[in-house]
Amino acid sequence: MKRPFILGMLDGRAGIFLAVVLGVAVLVPILNLAVPPTSPFHVPDHQLPLWGKYLCYALLALSIDLIWGYAGILSLGHGAFFALGGYVMGMYLMRQIGTRGVYAHPVLPDFMVFLNWPELPVYWYGFNWFAYALLMIFLVPGALAFVFGWFAFRSRVTGVYFSIISQAMVFALMLAFFRNNFGFGGNNGLTDFKDILGFNVQAPTTRAVLFASSALALAVGFLICQWLVKSKFGKVLISIRDAESRARFLGYRVENYKLLAFVISACLAAVAGALYVPQVGIINPSEFAPANSIEYVIWVAVGGRGTLVGAALGGVVVNFAKTHFTTGALAPYWLFALGGLFIFVTLFMPKGIVGTLSDFFAWARHPKRESSNGAEPVGQRQAAE
Amino acid sequence: MMDAAPRASSFETPRSLILRSPPKAGVSKDEGTGLLRMRRLFPVPLILRSAAKPRVSKDEGKGRTIFSVFIVLLAVFFSVAPVRAASFEEALALFANDSYSDTDKAVSDIAASGHPQAQAIIEALADGRLLVHAESKAVFIKDKDDKLLAAATGEAAADAPSGLNPVRVNNRVRRAIQAALGSLTLLAPDPGRRFAAAAAVFRSRDTGALEAVEQALAKEVDPKVKRVMEEARAAILVMKPDAPEADRIAAMDTLVARGDQESIALLRSLPQNVPPAVHDAAVNAVAKIERNLVAWDMGQNVVYGLSLGSVLLLAAIGLAITFGVLGVINMAHGEMVMIGAYVTFVVQEWIRVNNPGLFDWSLAIAIPLSFIVAGAVGVAIERGIIRFLYGRPLETLLATWGLSLILQQAVRTMFGPTNREVGAPSWMAGSFEVGQLSITYNRLYIFVFALAVFASLLFVLRFTRFGLEMRAVTQNRPMAASMGIRTSRVDALTFGLGSGIAGMAGVALSQIDNVSPNLGQGYIIDSFLVVVFGGVGNLFGTLVGALSLGIANKFLEPYAGAVLGKIILLVLIILFIQKRPRGLFALKGRAVEA
Repeated sequence: MKRPFILGMLDGRAGIFLAVVLGVAVLVPILNLAVPPTSPFHVPDHQLPLWGKYLCYALLALSIDLIWGYAGILSLGHGAFFALGGYVMGMYLMRQIGTRGVYAHPVLPDFMVFLNWPELPVYWYGFNWFAYALLMIFLVPGALAFVFGWFAFRSRVTGVYFSIISQAMVFALMLAFFRNNFGFGGNNGLTDFKDILGFNVQAPTTRAVLFASSALALAVGFLICQWLVKSKFGKVLISIRDAESRARFLGYRVENYKLLAFVISACLAAVAGALYVPQVGIINPSEFAPANSIEYVIWVAVGGRGTLVGAALGGVVVNFAKTHFTTGALAPYWLFALGGLFIFVTLFMPKGIVGTLSDFFAWARHPKRESSNGAEPVGQRQAAE
Repeated sequence: MMDAAPRASSFETPRSLILRSPPKAGVSKDEGTGLLRMRRLFPVPLILRSAAKPRVSKDEGKGRTIFSVFIVLLAVFFSVAPVRAASFEEALALFANDSYSDTDKAVSDIAASGHPQAQAIIEALADGRLLVHAESKAVFIKDKDDKLLAAATGEAAADAPSGLNPVRVNNRVRRAIQAALGSLTLLAPDPGRRFAAAAAVFRSRDTGALEAVEQALAKEVDPKVKRVMEEARAAILVMKPDAPEADRIAAMDTLVARGDQESIALLRSLPQNVPPAVHDAAVNAVAKIERNLVAWDMGQNVVYGLSLGSVLLLAAIGLAITFGVLGVINMAHGEMVMIGAYVTFVVQEWIRVNNPGLFDWSLAIAIPLSFIVAGAVGVAIERGIIRFLYGRPLETLLATWGLSLILQQAVRTMFGPTNREVGAPSWMAGSFEVGQLSITYNRLYIFVFALAVFASLLFVLRFTRFGLEMRAVTQNRPMAASMGIRTSRVDALTFGLGSGIAGMAGVALSQIDNVSPNLGQGYIIDSFLVVVFGGVGNLFGTLVGALSLGIANKFLEPYAGAVLGKIILLVLIILFIQKRPRGLFALKGRAVEA
């Protein structure tokens, strides 16, 4: 029963995407580890964490697309879940440092010794076990999303209002994490990681494994999202996006659907954050900056809102451009480019790269027929907003 | 200069008559009750006081002058003068001993001598300009041009010996110097200096200065200075171990009237061995002051809160137009504020270069200019971007966010990433006090300005043709269009109006915040929360929302700290929006859902 269903939901685009991601997951580590550095096919060491980072961003974009593209919830606070996932992973990694910290304290991380904390706060207990941390990666952001969404959706906070209060949430979290006595390293965040599961985080093999895990996580996240949006649940989400009141009058508990989608999305974002931190080597409160959360949304818009492949692609493409822009002579113009991208995409490419391309192909095949893809939201907006 | 000494002592004598007399001028309520209590306790000195009163007033009769001179002469002859005449020379010689305790004694003796040179000598000592010759015990003052003057006469010293050493001071001597200078300058002609001197005496509460204070008090005419002197006198009396109990208790009333932390500190510093009545009175007085202080603290918090609220109001009011009336989420709103601040900067630069005399008018020039510049940018944004995105608020949000990035970077490219200096005109500097509340002028003006902007916006909406058209378009766009209103033009102008107001807010914010490309970003989340909290589409909601958020913020701060207070407030607003998703003053009716 299961197998035909999975095959069924992998229509052309999704199948190709999945194949590419899985192929990358296998090939890139091999090209990095097994191919000698002299070979033109060798993937240099520094590229591995960089592309691992892009894959995490792709997963994050995917999680935003699930709620924005399919349920019409624009969260400007999704960075909160990403960063929380990162902090959970960071806490695990901090506990792995052990006595190798600057102050060589067996239990307390360096910043706590520095701040004269007598003992480990209760909420840091258990993070020396990977399984516990893994559980927390889902539980902490999931719980926050549940509480926040439960309040918001039940009182029918929709549209722009939801965006603004989600932004306020991430802003409040940023202020909280900047505080030293909040117990997460304050301004500097968590860094100087040594081991993950007993392996050195800096080692090439560990990095290759982390890269492969990121690709795998993206693939799994993509499958989950694809399954969700193709299922009846997804159809209801789309109907909520397009006509929330009508869906409610038809008897659907709109808030429950939204809440479930929001919590799943938050968990995906948290996984992305958790994989991001060991590859980047630091997590600090600036990840909570409201500007970041807005930037995540634009990746989705660029790639194609309402197309899962597009969202993931947007995450990779925009960040690839950002890396090349901000490291070269063009650095001062990056914000112009990013800002221009926001405006250009919303004005001229409302369906994003993938949506525009698929419209183009559909038109090329059947020039007469109106393009209609159930997943694309644009133009179907109802008065409900 | 030479007659200064007799004059100083001429007021000594009435002072000895009116000793312990309660304050007279500028009697406040509490002081009044103190006076009554005093009268019950001490009938006799009060009678003396009334006899002595005319003498201290300015327009005294000639006969009385003669009488006072006679008294002075008596006093000088019998008690003070002979001792003092001797002690000035002796005291001066003490400096040469190179002993701290002698120097200390010399300072207080010289201050007490009332000699015309006293102030110059002590000031020189404080600055390390007082030199002694060890063998001849001669004392010299080095003046500011490095010229040597004989300390005793103040005349240029012709035959200054070599080998002069400055008189050394330690902390004890420094305290003595402070106290001495305090009592000396109590009689300075400049009221500002007298005020400062009295305040210094209040802080030092040096019992030795009591005579000087009372002497000065008798002569004082400026009610403000007089009050401080009375407080200084009360401080000394309270601390003075040999003062009568009733006086000490009565003096506490003056301290209660002053009612600040310093008074509490003073009363708390009373030694343990004071008489029980004094001790009880002090405890009562502290409790009374603390009660008052709590009330003043609340008042001060309200003032701070209103000030913060007015800033929020200024930042949010333009947003209330674009978001509330037009329904456009303008994430570049903060950048309109920033543009207004930079307009102020440019105007001030221009004035500095071309016409420095206009500097005090720079803000008055910048306000209309910033309105025009930001408004023009706003109209351009509306025509160029936003009009294609009506009905798609989430896309508008993203596009204007992109625009805000571009504007920030553009300003960064033009003016540099660092803070630019925007000066304050002279009339905005300084502060004034109402009771224990201290209010700075710039905050006050910003508050007034915010209310003025709000009022004029209401006026425009209510009484102008443009306002009428705007309201018509808001309420029913197709109907307004069919009545002949050019809705797209109204949209553009409305957006321009909102942006222009943001620009004017920038002028005000340039006075209290750093003018940097990030200026607007700090306000955008707050302004959105204000508008959403107050209720979208309702200007009064914005007013109430801004002021109440400002006050709430300032009341949370003392308990939770600035950052935690802000976090709590954000959480509260998030919870509030859950409860009332349409804000404090929600619009009702069918138009809301459309």
